[in-house]
Amino acid sequence: MAIPLIYNVRSVKARWTSAIVAVIGIAGTVGVFVAMLSLARGFRATLVASGSPGNVLVMRAGSTSEMMGGISLDSVKIVQDAPGIARDSTGPLVTQEVVGVIPFPLISTGTDANVQVRGVSPNVMRIRKVNIAQGRMFNPGLSELLVGKNASTTYAGLTLGNTLVFSGTRWTVVGIFDTGGSAFDSEVWCDSAILNQVLKRPPNIFQSVTVHLASPDSYNQFKDAVTTDPRLNVDVTREIDYYAKQSTRFTTLITVLGGVVAFIMAIGAVFAGLNTMYSAVAERGREIATMRALGFGAAAVVVSFLVEALLISFFGGVIGCVAVLPLNGLTTATINWQTFSSLAFAFKITPELLVKGVMFALVMGIVGGLLPAVRAASLPVASALREL
Amino acid sequence: MKFSGLIFANLFRKKIRLLLTIGSFAVALFLFAFLAVVRNAFNRGADVAGADRLVVIDRVSIINLIPLKYRDQILQIPGVKCITHNNWFGGVYQDEKNFFPQFVIDPENQRQVFPELKVPDDQWNAFLKDREGAIAGARTAERFHWKIGDRIPIKTTLYGGGSWEFNLDGIYHGERPENDETQFWFQWDYFEERIPQVVKGQIGWYVLRVNSPDDSVRVAKAIDEKFANSPNETKTETESAFAAGWVKQFGNIQFLIMTIGTVVFFTLLLVTGNTMAISVRERTSELAVLKAIGFSGRAVLFFVLAESLVIAIVGGLLGLGLALLAVPALANALNGMLPQLVLEPSILVLGLVAALLVGIASGILPGLSAMHMRVVNALRRV
Repeated sequence: MAIPLIYNVRSVKARWTSAIVAVIGIAGTVGVFVAMLSLARGFRATLVASGSPGNVLVMRAGSTSEMMGGISLDSVKIVQDAPGIARDSTGPLVTQEVVGVIPFPLISTGTDANVQVRGVSPNVMRIRKVNIAQGRMFNPGLSELLVGKNASTTYAGLTLGNTLVFSGTRWTVVGIFDTGGSAFDSEVWCDSAILNQVLKRPPNIFQSVTVHLASPDSYNQFKDAVTTDPRLNVDVTREIDYYAKQSTRFTTLITVLGGVVAFIMAIGAVFAGLNTMYSAVAERGREIATMRALGFGAAAVVVSFLVEALLISFFGGVIGCVAVLPLNGLTTATINWQTFSSLAFAFKITPELLVKGVMFALVMGIVGGLLPAVRAASLPVASALREL
Repeated sequence: MKFSGLIFANLFRKKIRLLLTIGSFAVALFLFAFLAVVRNAFNRGADVAGADRLVVIDRVSIINLIPLKYRDQILQIPGVKCITHNNWFGGVYQDEKNFFPQFVIDPENQRQVFPELKVPDDQWNAFLKDREGAIAGARTAERFHWKIGDRIPIKTTLYGGGSWEFNLDGIYHGERPENDETQFWFQWDYFEERIPQVVKGQIGWYVLRVNSPDDSVRVAKAIDEKFANSPNETKTETESAFAAGWVKQFGNIQFLIMTIGTVVFFTLLLVTGNTMAISVRERTSELAVLKAIGFSGRAVLFFVLAESLVIAIVGGLLGLGLALLAVPALANALNGMLPQLVLEPSILVLGLVAALLVGIASGILPGLSAMHMRVVNALRRV
């Protein structure tokens, strides 16, 4: 027969001080676990959101990032004629882009951080999901800037209507765009021809070409046509894959760091839990013996103590999750080493992550509760009853 | 210590609890050391920067090139001791995952500007004579099991692209463990010969040394003024400001890790301290007996404090010792993602001090209450 659950609830209540210590230890561990993973998730989500399944990135063969690319106008024209590309009244939906890195002062510290500046084709709005939140699109041929929503709030001087000088050119911010939290929101866009000029790059050379496909399924058709064309020396990647790959380095770093910290903490929390449960068992020698004398079996005692440990760890897990929940959506920024420029992203706490956190807590509860439970069940009944 | 027997008997009365408490202490201190090591790694560049070194980059963008002919003009500025120039090669060895920085260097001056990166003279002389020669940092050489004499192919898409082959002529070691030992250097002459015409005569950045750190602000200003209104304006900063700029761009990730870590560290210590306090409180009546048979209040306080201090020191040493063993392994796991992880002696000292403080803090309250308790009351309570 099982020992009633209410017994465990009451016993936790009776020993609330030591229970709280165990709860705090577990809550802290789960909090760190969830926070670190949500950071990695958020970073990844931001980069992955930058890619759209219908878009394909064309770069010079062997390039690992857009920064390393170099595609001539002649090659762009060949790509534009490839099969599988969506077309509308403005022609093929292809944007050939120039990418630069320009330092702007951070509002928070006043020091410079690198911003990715992207020269795009005028038809870029038809290729990427971009929403102009304020202002308007830049006019081709003019030195006008379209600023991503995160860049606008992170760097001084990138507000609507402001004029600023970089690369010896006077620029006007004419619009703020929003791509829904992708990496583009940390960028500044302008006309590619103008950017090429002011960066003193050789004319008619682009870093990358982004193509909007007629349908995501025409990827292979397009890829085969472009990669087998002897006039071209390019690599073709789905935009989603390109951005997912960019995120791996940082995601691995945070996951390893977070994993190590959470693991060490878990050991500490299990120690605290063991201490709590062992002293609970020691203090309750008579109680346990009484229950055994009343006819509860050894298994019932083990289960009862495990339930108690799980109860404590469950509370700890829930508290840990709740404590880090306010982080969700909080925006932070870090450097993306693939582009040498700064990237804003938000913590992303998903229900799945919370469930994982609580599971982690329960595992700690089992590890911390099992040995004391076994000890409780193996107490010799007669001598324990005699104890004062 | 005539009472050491008593203290030890008390310590070992509950062996499991003793082990667990020491264990939690060890865990907390291990975590402390780990976080301190990671924090230092994030800030590494700024810590090892030479106070007398300046970095000159293009004003518009770090990825723009600047003319090599600026070199002689910079050398004319009084206070400049020596100067070298570097290019970012951006190549890939075998696989994209094998990242390490490759720099094109000015072999005549690199060693004067970076004296802390040591190459044995015979290796350096072999490098100077070998047009396709290269010098690798000890960490990178070890990572790919390179030996001197190996032929190393590196693919790049910049500078006309293709696969470039180098002979490994030497391996450099940092003077301090914190120095960056991942770089791969090769010669400017070989580089310039192979690159397309449009980028010939253009370098990525200059690094120079000034006669005294006091000159650095003046020299930096003089350089930037000299090239103002030229096609390539420059931005000159001290090496530490340059490195700190990159650190800042990591953003508050580092701050977040540290905040989380600190909270966690103190939570763990609180938990541990509390356990220790509980174990004293449980023995109130025993302590009362001690006082009743004539031990002074101070002696009782001493017993309690000594016990918690022993636990703190043993746990702390254990944790820091484990960290000493584990940090090299973690450095491998994070290879290439963070600068070198180094456990500095200052971290160990700081950790031990923290352990001692917590030991005292967790012993002092129950100890004081034991010291002041009235024997009669305590004995009456069973």
